[in-house]
Amino acid sequence: MVVTTIISYLFLAVGCFLIVVASIGIIRFPDVYSRIHPAGKSDTLGQAMIFIGLMIYEGLSFVSIKLLIIVIFIFITNPTATHALVNAAHAAGLKPWEKGDDRN
Amino acid sequence: MFDAVATIIVFAAILVLYRVIKGPTIYDRVLAANAIGTKTVVLIALIGFIYERPHFLDIALVYALINFIATIAILKYQEMGRLD
Repeated sequence: MVVTTIISYLFLAVGCFLIVVASIGIIRFPDVYSRIHPAGKSDTLGQAMIFIGLMIYEGLSFVSIKLLIIVIFIFITNPTATHALVNAAHAAGLKPWEKGDDRN
Repeated sequence: MFDAVATIIVFAAILVLYRVIKGPTIYDRVLAANAIGTKTVVLIALIGFIYERPHFLDIALVYALINFIATIAILKYQEMGRLD
């Protein structure tokens, strides 16, 4: 097994871990403002790790440049989408969760 | 290895689907649908690597674009009541 393959598998494992952790966070957090936190950061970094692993596996070629374009695009758009979401939720008058409210 | 990664991502998408179905407000549903769309982009790229078809990356790029536009459009319609 080549060294670059091992490094790419390492990146893929870290990306899988981050994506599963982000999913558990989206399920477990109590309200929409705290759910944005895993969806905006952990998910973005998880997909970036998986794409970087694929880039290292592929080597320098046209395919890896396409992968880099997808990574940059999602790094820009995913936090923008969550920012628009928290703006809309705040404009609609959604109250943040406080200690003692029920978790749903 | 790519098969295992794709399986784990499908499992994570099923976990997030719980929030789409149950979510109390519309914002929870939009957030979870956006997260599922991001996972789908990764899944399409991985399927392209599993079957050794690099053209799937173009589909992944277009899917990321549609995902972003759909989220912004739903939120704008929810906030303002119109889309123009």
